[in-house]
Amino acid sequence: MVELTAVATPELDLERIERIRQDFPILARQVHGKPLAYLDNAASSQKPEAVLRIMDEYYRQYNANVHRGVHTLSEEATAAYELARLKVSRFIHSPSDKQIIFTRGTTEGINLVANSWGRANLGVGDEVLITEMEHHSNIVPWQILRDQLGFTLRYLPLTAGGELDLSQLDTLVNARTKLVSFMHVSNVLGTVNPVQELVAAARAVGAKVLLDAAQSVPHMPIDVQALDVDFLVFSSHKMCGPTGIGVLYGKRDLLEAMPPWMGGGDMIREVKMEGSKWNALPYKFEAGTPSVAEAIGLGAAVDYLSSVGMEWIHAQEQALVDYAYTRLSEIEGLNIVGPESRAGLIAFTLNDLHPHDLAAVLDQEGVAIRAGHHCAQPVHDRLGVMATARASFYFYNKPAEVDQLVLALDKASQLFAF
Amino acid sequence: MSTDPFYREAILDHYRHPRHKGHLENADIHHHDHNPFCGDEITIELKVEDDVIVDAAFDGRGCAISQATASMLMEEVMGKRLEDVRGWDKEYVLELLGIEIGPVRLKCALLPLKALKAGVWGLEEWPE
Repeated sequence: MVELTAVATPELDLERIERIRQDFPILARQVHGKPLAYLDNAASSQKPEAVLRIMDEYYRQYNANVHRGVHTLSEEATAAYELARLKVSRFIHSPSDKQIIFTRGTTEGINLVANSWGRANLGVGDEVLITEMEHHSNIVPWQILRDQLGFTLRYLPLTAGGELDLSQLDTLVNARTKLVSFMHVSNVLGTVNPVQELVAAARAVGAKVLLDAAQSVPHMPIDVQALDVDFLVFSSHKMCGPTGIGVLYGKRDLLEAMPPWMGGGDMIREVKMEGSKWNALPYKFEAGTPSVAEAIGLGAAVDYLSSVGMEWIHAQEQALVDYAYTRLSEIEGLNIVGPESRAGLIAFTLNDLHPHDLAAVLDQEGVAIRAGHHCAQPVHDRLGVMATARASFYFYNKPAEVDQLVLALDKASQLFAF
Repeated sequence: MSTDPFYREAILDHYRHPRHKGHLENADIHHHDHNPFCGDEITIELKVEDDVIVDAAFDGRGCAISQATASMLMEEVMGKRLEDVRGWDKEYVLELLGIEIGPVRLKCALLPLKALKAGVWGLEEWPE
């Protein structure tokens, strides 16, 4: 058995982490008789009491459809739904809440941009640039659209160290490039991509920029105006909010000019037999009854994160991932993918063990991690590994949970030793 | 270690020391299958005389569950009639493994069976 020596973590506010953990009822549960160490936050985060409570209140006290009824419940629901939009708008420093479009999540946000902006602006001879590290949600929509519209899809390559190789940026971003779409933080490598450089390259040729912020908005302060991206997408469920809701932010002139993607109720101003007129932003892009409870839940999550403090959250996660990096590096046969400077997640392989076997043994020890290709097969192909195991952290994780992971990995090593 | 409820000792033993692993010369039945979700691959080869399996081999790579299941199944098919093997199902494999298994890992356990059944039925691919 491995013996863990004490490693000091002065940057971590252990007392505050313990207090924060009290806000998350699920963190008190046990799995297979062991305390749960939930290290799968890049897949989905846990929810604080405040989020659970506000969604419960909505259903118990003012559940109704929004933007329709003239009755009290509908008015209350509408006010709460729109307040959530305002909270999100302020959280990412959007100039206006009209530029906050509620989607089902990051994936839907990208598909919306592809199908609305993409269909109106892309054709034969044009190029869309994505990267080799993208999540499937930022690859497949563009492949589908390319097959229909005939533009060229190009990939910004990776360095051996798991960072974007910017040496060919000058040729890959050129006069034909109409869109550069990439992830802010890699969900496999942990790489934090240089948004500024990519935005500058895109601006120089008049290309638009879509930023997949699914792994950054939950973990660091985000200012869409400072980033100067044209579109930014993220998901609620990775940032203490419920599933089924996410956000597309867009620059106003772009959103105004874009045609609707989905048609239906709420997105129209007028419907006649011969044609219809679209509603104003953001409703033009919100056809059908929205996820009201989920939006309200996301609003509460944003409040919660703000009260904890995004700067603090980022600093704590950085300290914790440094600790985890040190600990995991001590394990013989463990290979970490991606750069040393990283966001709060670590994907790795351990000897020749299949990540599914690793995850199954870890689960028996109460440790929840993700195993597989994390919806990013191309980056695994690029790294030459079939799959990886991934531990991903949030501000409620503590070093003791990293230790629990390390001990469980040691157990797995021994269990499968030949 | 043998007390681990998921990877019981018999599974680990088959994983560490797979039976019938390798390649058969002049196999009568040869079938390859893979699981795109986790990348597991399996190839099964059988020698058949008068509808009875007289030799068996598997090759592949993957997790402990898929590899151990393949090894166990190869032991089981020896001396069996093709028509017996054609009737093997999920429950048969789960009984061999002797563990509770969730829906995700079930695919790992069933991959060798899929390959085996496609082989003994002479199908291109075992239908999902």
